[in-house]
Amino acid sequence: MLLLLLLDRNTTKGNLSFRRSFQQLQDRLEPVVVGVIYICGWSAILFVIAIFVFVFKESLPAITGIGTEIAAGEIEVEQLDLVEFTTSPRWIPESSKKPAFGILALIVGTLSVTFFSILLAVPLGLGAAVYVSEFAGNKTREILKILIELLAAIPSVVWGFIGIVIMNPLITNLSGEAVGLNILNAGIVLALMSVPIIVSVSEDALRAVPDSFREAGLAMGANRWEMIYKVLFPAAKNGLLAAVLLGIGRGIGETMAVLMCTGHSVNMPTSLFDPVRTLTATIAAELGEAVRGDLHYHTLFLIGVVLFAFAFIINLTADLVVKGVRDQSNV
Amino acid sequence: MSTSTIAPNPSTSNPEPILQSGDPPSMPETNDKLSIRVRDLNLWYGDFQALKDVNIDIRKGIITGLIGPSGCGKTTLLRCFNRINERYEGVKTTGDIEILDKNIYDSDVTSRQLRRRIGMVFQRPNPLPISIYDNVLFGANLHKTHKQLTRRERNDVVQQALEQVALWDTVKDKLKTRATTLTLEQQQKLCIARLIPLKPDVILMDEPCSALDAEGIEQVEGLIESLRDDYTVVIVTHNMAQARRATDECIFMLMGKIIEHSSTADMFLNPREEQTEMYIQGRYG
Repeated sequence: MLLLLLLDRNTTKGNLSFRRSFQQLQDRLEPVVVGVIYICGWSAILFVIAIFVFVFKESLPAITGIGTEIAAGEIEVEQLDLVEFTTSPRWIPESSKKPAFGILALIVGTLSVTFFSILLAVPLGLGAAVYVSEFAGNKTREILKILIELLAAIPSVVWGFIGIVIMNPLITNLSGEAVGLNILNAGIVLALMSVPIIVSVSEDALRAVPDSFREAGLAMGANRWEMIYKVLFPAAKNGLLAAVLLGIGRGIGETMAVLMCTGHSVNMPTSLFDPVRTLTATIAAELGEAVRGDLHYHTLFLIGVVLFAFAFIINLTADLVVKGVRDQSNV
Repeated sequence: MSTSTIAPNPSTSNPEPILQSGDPPSMPETNDKLSIRVRDLNLWYGDFQALKDVNIDIRKGIITGLIGPSGCGKTTLLRCFNRINERYEGVKTTGDIEILDKNIYDSDVTSRQLRRRIGMVFQRPNPLPISIYDNVLFGANLHKTHKQLTRRERNDVVQQALEQVALWDTVKDKLKTRATTLTLEQQQKLCIARLIPLKPDVILMDEPCSALDAEGIEQVEGLIESLRDDYTVVIVTHNMAQARRATDECIFMLMGKIIEHSSTADMFLNPREEQTEMYIQGRYG
């Protein structure tokens, strides 16, 4: 603004000519503004690609056996046995005798915690969404929405804290297990963390169903519950599925809370009370200590690629569900 | 709400499904073939009184039009007949509505039973976002009237209903497609067809043609015409020409009150009230 005023004093005298010159300036600035907006839009894509390229590049030496160049020159990296990597449940990267790099137990750990959490979170989240959108009065709805958003804003380390300090003794007391850090603990904590996402996305989906559908159902003699599950759920199906998938995505990507609540021990679980370790927590816990440039370091990045693939598949499915399948869904 | 002195009609309180083909809506020939009887009905939305001392008798088996300017309460009155007004907060009603000799505000009348016997067609066609087939059977499924039916019998019910609204030939090859892919006119016909398997006594229509084009209006009006005799039809309309064409009796409302109720011919040729005459001539509304 100051610049404009200076410009005005230098070049014009009087209001009319000021306006004209201001307009000229605006016209000249237009392409610049458009350019900036373009960059903002494309930067999202750029960042995703850049992150993927970086993670992938860092993981590559583990697959090829050709190390990256560090100050001292090219170093050779032991090649990762990909069969072992994908099928072995043994993850002992720091062993001096015979290190093992199998992530099967980690994948199972991630999936079991996520699966259990989604089992809890979906009924809870959908139920809350139905209550907020269909039953709550206007005031209650506003208060609940604010509280739910607040729930989403709690840092994950705080959730981990709750898992350790509150859930852990609760589980040991109730179940008699020695340690309460396990799938059950992490699953419950993760469920509470994904509920806000599920609630807000599915509430939007339910509210987007035109009121005329509700009236159609009610006027045919449906009671409220029948109207909800025979009319609203089919009508909002895509949005609800997307909500669930986003909840799953949240579960798979979560790191700190599961690091603290799962017990963080490599283990093929056989029950809910078994401690496990997840892909994300492994990266978080070990990357800082891994020797830069060695096989352990690169393998951690390869785990990052695996996580990337999970996230990509889930998001893509969510997108397809929301957009594409709509028309054929009832055939 | 005062209680009705008239004993419950056995056929109204009978929960048995009526789905046999060709079975006319069961109804005793009492009360001079009255279908709907409204006594001293008042309705408030919060502080606003939308209906004032409404008293009307709607005859059975004819098409009755509710006309009047916007905001006169005709849609509100229509929505009282199946109690769907009750879904809004702050609605207060006093008075009685007897449909087929049964007060619909009696405590033993559930909205479920009531709405099975009183179908409704809305201003905007609102087929559900499920298949055409499931739309027709939606009511039947809801009221469990089809439990004893085989798949073939269900197919027959669907075919019959769609034939009655002249939609069968158009949609018989795509019964499993989503109903919302149909044209508006077809959707509105479907909305009428889905009432038929329940054999309602009364069909309420809230400006059923206002979303349609001229050809659609003609078709749907023809369809409404064909429903006469089997059903009591109450239709809210803004369209004077339509009221004149398609109804047997008309009720003119203004500011929440009934001004005039007479046969359509009388109302349009010799209106009793000055306000009716002015409205019909298009002086206001």
